[in-house]
Amino acid sequence: MTTMTSRLLAGVLVAGLVGSLAACGGTTKDSAGANSGGTQSTAAADPNAAAKQGVKMAFLPKQLNNPYSDIEVSGGKTALEELKGEYKLVGPNDASASSQVSYINTLIQQQQDVIGIAANDSNAVCPSLNQARGAGVKVVAFDSDAARDCRDVFVNQASTQGIGDKLVELASKLAGGSGEVAILSATPNATNQNAWIEVVRADLAKPEHSGLKLVKIAYGNDDDQKSFQEAQGLLQSYPNLKVIISPTTVGIAAAARYLSSSSYKGKVALTGLGTPNQLREYVKNGTVTEFALWKPADVGYLAAYAGVALASGQITGAQGQKFKAGRLGDYTIGANGEIVLGPPTVFDSANIDNFTF
Amino acid sequence: MSEAALSEPALTRGRAPWVQRLASWDTAVIVLAVLALLIASGAVHNFGTSRNFTFLLLDLLPVALVALPMTFVIVTGEIDLSVASTLGLTSAVMGLLWDSGLSIETIMPLCVVLGAVLGALNGFFVTVLKLPSLAVTIGTMALYRGLALVVLGDQAVAGFPRSYTSWVTGTVGGGVVPNLLIPLVVLALAFGLVLHATPVGRKVYAVGSSEQAARFAGIRVRQLKFWLYVVSGAVAGLAGVLWTLRYSSARADNGFGIELAVVAAVLLGGVSIFGGKGTLPGVLAGAVLLATVQNALRLQDVSSEALNIVTGALLIISVLLPNIVNSARAALRRRRAVIQEGKG
Repeated sequence: MTTMTSRLLAGVLVAGLVGSLAACGGTTKDSAGANSGGTQSTAAADPNAAAKQGVKMAFLPKQLNNPYSDIEVSGGKTALEELKGEYKLVGPNDASASSQVSYINTLIQQQQDVIGIAANDSNAVCPSLNQARGAGVKVVAFDSDAARDCRDVFVNQASTQGIGDKLVELASKLAGGSGEVAILSATPNATNQNAWIEVVRADLAKPEHSGLKLVKIAYGNDDDQKSFQEAQGLLQSYPNLKVIISPTTVGIAAAARYLSSSSYKGKVALTGLGTPNQLREYVKNGTVTEFALWKPADVGYLAAYAGVALASGQITGAQGQKFKAGRLGDYTIGANGEIVLGPPTVFDSANIDNFTF
Repeated sequence: MSEAALSEPALTRGRAPWVQRLASWDTAVIVLAVLALLIASGAVHNFGTSRNFTFLLLDLLPVALVALPMTFVIVTGEIDLSVASTLGLTSAVMGLLWDSGLSIETIMPLCVVLGAVLGALNGFFVTVLKLPSLAVTIGTMALYRGLALVVLGDQAVAGFPRSYTSWVTGTVGGGVVPNLLIPLVVLALAFGLVLHATPVGRKVYAVGSSEQAARFAGIRVRQLKFWLYVVSGAVAGLAGVLWTLRYSSARADNGFGIELAVVAAVLLGGVSIFGGKGTLPGVLAGAVLLATVQNALRLQDVSSEALNIVTGALLIISVLLPNIVNSARAALRRRRAVIQEGKG
């Protein structure tokens, strides 16, 4: 009987195997070819069409209850109030790839006009987003793009070039045009940071920045304590250091904490990407003069205006089309349906109290 | 294993009690599931459309699929909490193999075998080393998910062949029924037949009702349990393959946390957490009920936190309610006995 037990159970197992073997042949990565799905809209845009009122736009961030995305979508809410649209916020509790799909399906059922999504996985959401678009829903990706062929436009918080340029501009100003510069980054393989650092290197190689010398790139691994120690190490190893650039919110906060408690305070400048709330104290006590970041609320604001422009037929997502985005001004859609928010905002002692994020 | 299970062992009951059992909790859940569907269709805007039924079935499938072997495991009085992590690890390995240039037709059976191996490891710990399955599978839940992250990190592998991904997301003849329902129905029939109409199924109930009695009756309890874990792993592996194809994305975090929904569906379907009781139709109805409630609530803009609360509450109710009913019955019997003694 035990043999029968095993045989029957093995039978079930084999049935599963056979089931999954149903198709024969041999499709490999190379033979599968490009897996392109939906298409970009080809309908003509009417830039003079009136902005529709009552557009129903739902925001689907990567995850609910994340402080950063809360601020992003709050901008979307403001924009939809200005445009007399209907704002809605839905989303999963975990940032796993597939959890957004059920929400997209629900939004299709609820007949939303526009979905604004920060994709957890650019491919996993694709079939559902294309189903939504098939049902007439416009899709605006913001913050984190979905695959290009399953959204209408992508609102990018900042271009890589724009951030790199801004970092060098700030560093050059703080160093007075010449001196040693070091970078305190996140991890050695952080995609965003490395892309920005590449731009910084390229900018520093230009003749107008010949006085600036990049002496070291340190990695704080986006860990507060490690970043703190790395900042300390930089100042000990490079006594002539003039500026530390930290293109990560963890790194810049840790470096500011170290500087403000050291004898280098006010002598060695610190700049990079940080939030006003993190650095307010250090701007006020003179450790940090200027730093930059895009405004998260503007990302949602621009996404909402882009969504309503799509729903009103003012744009279809093709390169070169223009639309108005309220207080942010006019925008033009770039290559691949990308809309860049603009250069990052610079925060200093004069304006920092206007921002609470 | 529990007293309640011992007091009415499935093996000695014959046909009439089997019908009686079906007429209790399981039928109630089936009726509830149908009622939930009807009420939601009437009361929830946008619920009763054909497209929504397709969505509902698609969301239900991985849970229902994994719940099939889970029913066997729980009926024997054990549990397998590692299924979601097995799914994730299978998905991650599938991505890795696909990236290495292997054909999808080779990868898919390999992944099912991988799932079976992962299940066999659980089975080894539980039956050979005689460790409690709760502790073992909580351990492998963390272990397999960790391995998945080692295999693929936070990367995602995409670009699976369109013929497969579109079949998995598609419907039969472009209608309401997802293609994926076919493997589920086939497997559900197979598992249902084995559980309810073969000696193997009766052994599963016997082991769950009283492991000692089953052993004395000549059943190789440990061997049976070992193979149940292998099947549970294999089906989780198959679910990992289908999950990956459905979302056209192989990721280490795929299926994160679905063991909660699977166990909830099984218990809601009338399977006793102490083993020895429950039917497969009940479990499938439990899965449908859970999916319906979640789908309807989501359409009503109920937040995801609240959805988790609902799943958790249903799970607790489904464990609590049979216990309350049983103790109420027992109390009633005792009182009757006392009254009769008093009369006599």
